[in-house]
Amino acid sequence: MKPASFEYRAPEQLDELLELLADDFTDVRVIAGGQSLVPMMNFRLSTPELLLDLRRVDELGALEHRPDGALSVGATVTQARLLRQLEQQGGWPVLAEGIRHIGHPQIRSRGTVCGSLAHHDPTAELPALAVALDARMTVAGPQGRRTVAAADFFTTYYETVLEPGELLAEVVFPAWPAARGWGFRELARRRGDFALVGAVATVDRDAAGATAEAVALVLFGVGERPVRLGGVEQALAGKPLDAAALASVEPLVAEAIDPVDDLHASADYRREIAVQLSVGALADAWERSSARV
Amino acid sequence: MSEHAVQQVPIRVTVNGRELAAEVEPRLLLSDFIRHHAGLTGTHVGCEHGVCGACTVLVDGAPQRSCLVFAAQADGAEIRTVEGLAEPGAPLHPVQQAFHEEHGMQCGFCTSGFLMTTVALLEETPHPSDEQLVDALSGNLCRCTGYRNIVAAARSAERKLAEAGDE
Repeated sequence: MKPASFEYRAPEQLDELLELLADDFTDVRVIAGGQSLVPMMNFRLSTPELLLDLRRVDELGALEHRPDGALSVGATVTQARLLRQLEQQGGWPVLAEGIRHIGHPQIRSRGTVCGSLAHHDPTAELPALAVALDARMTVAGPQGRRTVAAADFFTTYYETVLEPGELLAEVVFPAWPAARGWGFRELARRRGDFALVGAVATVDRDAAGATAEAVALVLFGVGERPVRLGGVEQALAGKPLDAAALASVEPLVAEAIDPVDDLHASADYRREIAVQLSVGALADAWERSSARV
Repeated sequence: MSEHAVQQVPIRVTVNGRELAAEVEPRLLLSDFIRHHAGLTGTHVGCEHGVCGACTVLVDGAPQRSCLVFAAQADGAEIRTVEGLAEPGAPLHPVQQAFHEEHGMQCGFCTSGFLMTTVALLEETPHPSDEQLVDALSGNLCRCTGYRNIVAAARSAERKLAEAGDE
C-alpha cells in the first residue's frame, strides 16, 4: 500500500506549472487535495512519473463572489472551506447539502471541489451539482483558458473534456436566486459511502408562485456521467408540482436512465430508487421555493 | 526518471509544537513520516487507503487522514498527533480522560484516530448535534466496540471541555 516512486514539484507560478504539465514525454498528474488520487497511487492503480502540486499557486486558491452574483471556486479550495463559506454567508444551499454528503470530515477538510469535478466519479455529488446548477468550468492549458459548460464537461466514467496538459482552474456557479427551491436526496449503503443513486433538483416558481417556471433534475449513480432529465424538466414546467404532477413523471424518470448491475445494487433496484429520489427531491424543491421576486 | 537518483524534498513541519526539518522522498506518506521520521508511533496505520481513519491527525487544525497526504505536501504545516494531547506523566487531555472513563475502546488500535477526530470536532463545534457528532465519527472505523461507548465518550468529553472552559 505504498505508492510507486515519482518526482514532485510545487511551483508558485501557474505558467510554470502549466509548462511542466504540457510535457508530452512524461506521465504527469496534478494533485490538489489528493483524496481520490492518493488512494489510487497507494494501490498503484495510478503511477505518475511527475506529480504537480497546486498548493503554492495563490491564484488557484480564490473563493469569491463576482459582481454578477456568481460564486467562483478555485482549484485548491477544499470542500470544507466552501461549505463553511456557504453556511456563514448563505446562498447555494443545495451545494452545501451536497457537500455534507461527501465522504467524511477528514476527507472534506482536504478534498477539493475542483478535484472531485476533474476526477469525475459518476457516483460523486459535485459533478451532478455542477450540471444541475449550470456551472461553468474554467480550463487552463498551454493555449490559455477556455470555458466549458458543466453539461459538456463530463464525458464518461472518470473522464472529462480535459486534454493532456490542461487542468481545471476554477468552477463558477451562477447566482442563486433567493426564491429558488432545492432538493438533494441520496441513498448510500453507509454514511459517507459513494452513493448508489442520488438526485439534485431545483425549482423556480413564476411571479404568482402558483407554478414552476423552471425545473432542473439531475441524477447521479445511474450512468457514465450525471444525467440531466430534460424530459421531466419540460413536463413539469408551467405546472404546480403537486402529487399528481410528480406521479406523472415517474415513468419518464424510469425510461430516461439506463443504470447497470454491480455488486452494490441491481439495475432494477437503482431505477426504482432513482424514481423515488427524483420525486422526493422535486417535492422538496417545490416546497422550498417561493414566488419569483 | 527512475534511472536518476531518488529526489529528496526538503520539508519543515511543526509536530506537536516541535519544529522538524527533514529531506523526504516524494512518495513518503505523512503517516510514515510521523511514525518513522518524527518517531511518534501513536498514529496508527490501518488501511492505508483512506477508509479506516486510524491515521487521523490534525493538519493546521483540521482532521485529515495522514495516509492520504504526502509528507512533501505538508511542508509548512502544523501537525498535531495523539502524543500532543498530554505530556507523559501529566493528566490526560479531557477527551482522553473521557474515552478512558467511558471505555470508548477495546483493542485500542483505532483509538488515536478517534481521539484526534473528537478533539477536532469539539474544538470547532463545542456542542455538536447528534447528527454532527455521528457525521464526524463516521470517518473512523472501530471493529471492537460497536461505537456506543465511543459516542458516550465524545459526549462526556464535550461536558468536560465545557466545564474546563467555564473555570
